Amino acid sequence: MKLQHPATGNSVSRRQFIQLTGLGLALTATGTVKFAHADEASAVPMLNAYVHIGNDGVITLVAPHPDVGQGVNTALPMILAEELDAAWEDVVVVNAATDAKRYGFQFAGGSLSVPTRWDELRRMGATARALLLQAAANTWEVPVSALTTKGSKVFHDETQRELRYADLAEVAAGLAIPDADSLPLKSSDQYRLLGQRITSVSAKAIARGESLFGIDVQRPDMVYASYVKCPQIGGVPKSANLADIKALPGVLDAFILEAPGGPLIFEFPAGTRIAAGVAIVATDTWSAFKARKQLVVDWDTTLASRDDTDALDAQALAASERGAGQNVIRTEGDTEAALSAAATKRKAFYSAAFISHAQLEPQSCVAQVSANHAEIWTTSQTPSSIQDALPGLLQLAPEAVTVRSIRGGGGFGRRLSNEYAYEAALISQRVKRPVKLQWQREDDMAFDFFRSALYLDLEAGLDDAGQLSAWKQHVISGSADGENANYGTSHQKRNFPEDTVTNVLISQTLLATKTPTGAWRAPVSNIYAFAEQSFMNELAVEANIDFRDFLIQNLGSDQWFTEGDRNALNTARAKAVIRAVCNDAGWGRSLPPGRGLGLAFFFSHAGHVAEVAEVSVDDGKRVKVHDVWVAADVGHVINLSGVENQIEGSVVDGLSALANQQIHVKNGQVQERNFDQYALLRMPQAPRVHVRMVDSGFAPTGAGEPALPPLAPAVGNAIFAACGERVRSLPISREGFVV
Amino acid sequence: MALTLVVNGQSHDLGTIDPDTPLLWALRDHLGLVGAKYGCGVGQCGACTVWLDGVAMRSCQLPVGQITDRAITTIEGLAGESLHPVQQAWIDNDVAQCGYCQAGQIMSAAALLARNPRPSEQDIHTAMQGNICRCGTYGRIKKAIQDASETLTAGELFYDAAEVSA
Repeated sequence: MKLQHPATGNSVSRRQFIQLTGLGLALTATGTVKFAHADEASAVPMLNAYVHIGNDGVITLVAPHPDVGQGVNTALPMILAEELDAAWEDVVVVNAATDAKRYGFQFAGGSLSVPTRWDELRRMGATARALLLQAAANTWEVPVSALTTKGSKVFHDETQRELRYADLAEVAAGLAIPDADSLPLKSSDQYRLLGQRITSVSAKAIARGESLFGIDVQRPDMVYASYVKCPQIGGVPKSANLADIKALPGVLDAFILEAPGGPLIFEFPAGTRIAAGVAIVATDTWSAFKARKQLVVDWDTTLASRDDTDALDAQALAASERGAGQNVIRTEGDTEAALSAAATKRKAFYSAAFISHAQLEPQSCVAQVSANHAEIWTTSQTPSSIQDALPGLLQLAPEAVTVRSIRGGGGFGRRLSNEYAYEAALISQRVKRPVKLQWQREDDMAFDFFRSALYLDLEAGLDDAGQLSAWKQHVISGSADGENANYGTSHQKRNFPEDTVTNVLISQTLLATKTPTGAWRAPVSNIYAFAEQSFMNELAVEANIDFRDFLIQNLGSDQWFTEGDRNALNTARAKAVIRAVCNDAGWGRSLPPGRGLGLAFFFSHAGHVAEVAEVSVDDGKRVKVHDVWVAADVGHVINLSGVENQIEGSVVDGLSALANQQIHVKNGQVQERNFDQYALLRMPQAPRVHVRMVDSGFAPTGAGEPALPPLAPAVGNAIFAACGERVRSLPISREGFVV
Repeated sequence: MALTLVVNGQSHDLGTIDPDTPLLWALRDHLGLVGAKYGCGVGQCGACTVWLDGVAMRSCQLPVGQITDRAITTIEGLAGESLHPVQQAWIDNDVAQCGYCQAGQIMSAAALLARNPRPSEQDIHTAMQGNICRCGTYGRIKKAIQDASETLTAGELFYDAAEVSA
């Protein structure tokens, strides 16, 4: 039994489908994990690459992107189910195989899963539905136009007949695929499923502790590995007491792994480069970890990092005192003249420290590499990149490499690079057995691609009407190659405030660093939002203008800076979320001394989000964040429960980072190695979060990131309102505040 | 000498396992019980929480050689014929994002309700502050514990009423 696949023209049988979709690990809408083994395969072919309907009534939908907690395993199949008119309780979700021909580039990042798949998945749902309609029309010998669908059934109202999708699927699979673009899609008022609160398809398996995550993967004959890298980043092993280690109980092998392509791993993404190190392979995880305590390595640190974050802070301050940076990034008008003429003028230096991702599941990967085949089970946010890169690394044919995408215990950008997968693959290739590589938390924290430190010197002026007339920004950050700023620190052209100000000067200074940096949830925005929205609040305070009024006035008249571009700011949407959040929070109400409200707005990852924080600060600089109100416009909501969860989590995450997350580096060595030195927010510190979704009728965009950036300035502005002290450095523990 | 552990009411022979092996790794690598998760290995995050004689403990801090005569309960042993009310409340509130910490959260919460079926918000904070949720689902966790408390105590009230009427 075969069908023509509409996207690729490939024939796909049910059996191949089961193979395609990886593990056969399936999650039902009601939440039980099912193992769809190939021998259970039904005779019914798939309707397309995303939809299978069995004659048992089970509707299997394929989720194309990795789920690391952002909820796309629920949200993306919901889009298919809506256009298919499937009853959600009939749905089983399976992870897609990593297969560029069928599913394109599969990744989780940039809050892009929903907006980039929105049209495709609606069309895939609609074409499957069209096939079922045609099958019913043929069966009843009536026109398709006389038929309707609902709840996994086709209805012929005139004769009050109905047929289940399950009874039509086999016939439907044999019909010619309709042109997807010719099919009408639902308008938002026709949605039955989208916009509802739908429980995650993984909820039940999670609550039962079922095997679900990368770390849970087990293979027959599997051994366990630990991989030790030079604490001084970039150092390589010259020798180690390998004979002693191999003699320890449970240890099967120990060896130095050379780094293909050179030892340096300072830049992100790192391609297939890994840091050279020492692998210890044992019969179980603990034996590998225990043996590691006896390991003595002689490291060559000639090319290693000598970074010192305290020294970097001092260099950045000195650069700030020299005025504008040598590289001019953007210049409009005459900033100096405008500053001279300004009615209100202010200058301030903002900074943020290096921080780690600290996703709760440390990196692990199972690799099974033989002479002619490789299979990887990975929590990567970019499984397609592994699929592309692994054949070259292992000297195998592309078709000999299979990449299985497994749920990850948090991502936040950490799983965009894949060095742990390449480490596991190379270790497995060497020992010729399936290997589970397990990083310790200490490895995970020390060998991260960190959110880079950044320093921003800001200077601006307001005219006598309170309108921004000059905006000057000096961006000071590290650079590994002397040309490109550390990841997430480069200035990005911003519609607000820059495009609303006549006189703009953005300049840059780069300082030499080697500490690896990468994408941390809402890259760039997570620092710039703090500095810019706090600094604008300083200007509003100085000019004695209410900050809500200041933002609305300075956003100006309604406009979409680039019509049709979801990455361009729409001032009408911006003002709507600001008004909504102020309304919800009771903006402007009087509060007792020591208590304050703070507002911030930021546009990132296509989301317009405004937040108000209510905090109190006591004489000992102890900060309590009581409530945070969020108004967010991310277009039409797919899964309301999922979006609310992401936003609630963004608030907690933002506060966690703001409170006291900081990575120190001394002589190239990361000082914080575990949660006793790098504190994450805990339940007693978490505020109540009140979420309002503002639907302005636009297509849906992602929700994993845009609610994070406004949190830090909202809290900073609230701290100022509460106690009169301005927070200009993250984390705020650097300025003596305790959350 | 072979080492034996009693997990979820069943006795397991772990052969010549190193007695220093933390319970977490014995469960995961030797018994195939992967619900308890490795997060930090130093008792800071709570992802590995199990019960030892009914008390919530960090399994990464328990060498198996020291607990051979103790009753160990893992997330896999929490549900009976139906889900434990805490597990059900977790699903009903759609608590999890990534879900990695949640088995540990559920074990801490169920232990709290076993000894204190009507916890105050402060009680919940005290019992749960050892469990980190990096995704930030604390509000939903708290609501789920309060819901489970109502389920448990409602059952109790019904039972009391039945006693009285009898």
